[in-house]
Amino acid sequence: MSAWVEVCAVDDIDREDVVPFEHLGCQYAIYCSPDGTFYATDGLCTHERAVLADGLVMDHIIECPKHNGRFDYRTGEGKGAPIRVNLRTYPVKIDQHIVSIEID
Amino acid sequence: MRPKRDYSLIGDDSRRAVALGLSQADWYRTPIPRKRMKELMHRRNGPAIRDTALWLGLLVIFGGLGVYLWFSVWSLLCFAAYGVLYGSASDARWHECGHGTAFKTRWMNTVIYNLACFMIMRDPTVWRWSHARHHTDTVIVGRDPEIIAMRPPKLWHIAANFIGLFDVPLAFKHMAIHASGRLTVEEATFVPGTERAKTYWTARVWLLIYAAVVVTCVVSGSVLPAMVIGLPRMYGAWHHLMTGLTQHCGLADDVTDHRLNSRTVYMNPISRFVYWNMNYHVEHHMFPMVPFHALPALHEEIKDDLPAPAASIAAAFREFVPAMLRQRADPEYYVHREVFGTATAVTTSG
Ligand code: FES
Repeated sequence: MSAWVEVCAVDDIDREDVVPFEHLGCQYAIYCSPDGTFYATDGLCTHERAVLADGLVMDHIIECPKHNGRFDYRTGEGKGAPIRVNLRTYPVKIDQHIVSIEID
Repeated sequence: MRPKRDYSLIGDDSRRAVALGLSQADWYRTPIPRKRMKELMHRRNGPAIRDTALWLGLLVIFGGLGVYLWFSVWSLLCFAAYGVLYGSASDARWHECGHGTAFKTRWMNTVIYNLACFMIMRDPTVWRWSHARHHTDTVIVGRDPEIIAMRPPKLWHIAANFIGLFDVPLAFKHMAIHASGRLTVEEATFVPGTERAKTYWTARVWLLIYAAVVVTCVVSGSVLPAMVIGLPRMYGAWHHLMTGLTQHCGLADDVTDHRLNSRTVYMNPISRFVYWNMNYHVEHHMFPMVPFHALPALHEEIKDDLPAPAASIAAAFREFVPAMLRQRADPEYYVHREVFGTATAVTTSG
């Protein structure tokens, strides 16, 4: 059963940046792209579980802070070594300036 | 007293490191506000394009003059400079472009990475994965494949590698293994199956290139072609070994704090150009996302939380050479660093 969970206000995330979000012991990464669209993925890298919110957002890429592995945060697709497993993504909605994500 | 260290990636110390939680551990990082960190991580093409144009330009000039003036004292002097640019600067370019931080544009990192890998004779795939392991398990015995000086150190082995006497034959041995469609047992512990075909084909192409160099030497009756391709990995290796030794030698192993096992060294501008600022080595390990051109700024940001840097390359050698000499008889000895924070030490102080 999935549910929408409020994360933060839209102004809490800079454009082309990421923030961490924790819910029921699970970690997520919430992104604002350069054009102001919001996205959400799992918060830990699929390679060795580094916190992606410590990484660098460049256009639509999140670069992991540990070994510079890269994902397209819109789709979760890994972009080459050392990433071999894609990142899970989550639906995002904006309502009354609040960012929410849909979690199972 | 700890038993003799087993540096193989499939031995007792590898299992010990995993059992002790030293592998894939959480490492200490100096806190930096996110806004400042983003500024430091910011990618640009300008500095790397400038340095790469200078690097390739100097390679062409010194290599061209070395060939033109062959055989004379002047040509040997030109090849001395060419060798450092080929056999040492390639080490730093391999490293930075492997992290993908040197250039902002991805394909530029890829092109220079592959060129530098050829020069330094490191398979692009194997070494990408080996370096990821080096960052995960830095100087963790049995886990880190890139430890130069073991305990007790093989000093003659290290000294001989100032002209690549062990590294280069080993590189060709690995090329032969890879060209036959295999990895070494140790490489197989960190290179995923899906990546291995790239390694095999790279080795085959590289061996063809080196075979062509040898044939050209034989046909022309001159060593000159090898002075341009291949041999500079030997006669120009000294600078990358000199700077590489300063990174971790003599310091702690089996700790999870880069301030204890890595060394920052202030260096002259020429060495910093060749080494692409990797003298800020504690900083690089703590924050591998920060590109080479921002490492001096990162150093300024966090230096109060780090041990004092070595004042020069000579000062670093004065610290670790006596330590390594002592480690021949007392492998438990190391240079201890005083740090604040959450450093974890498993070894005992010497
Ligand atoms: S932990 Fe993310 S790339 Fe290794």
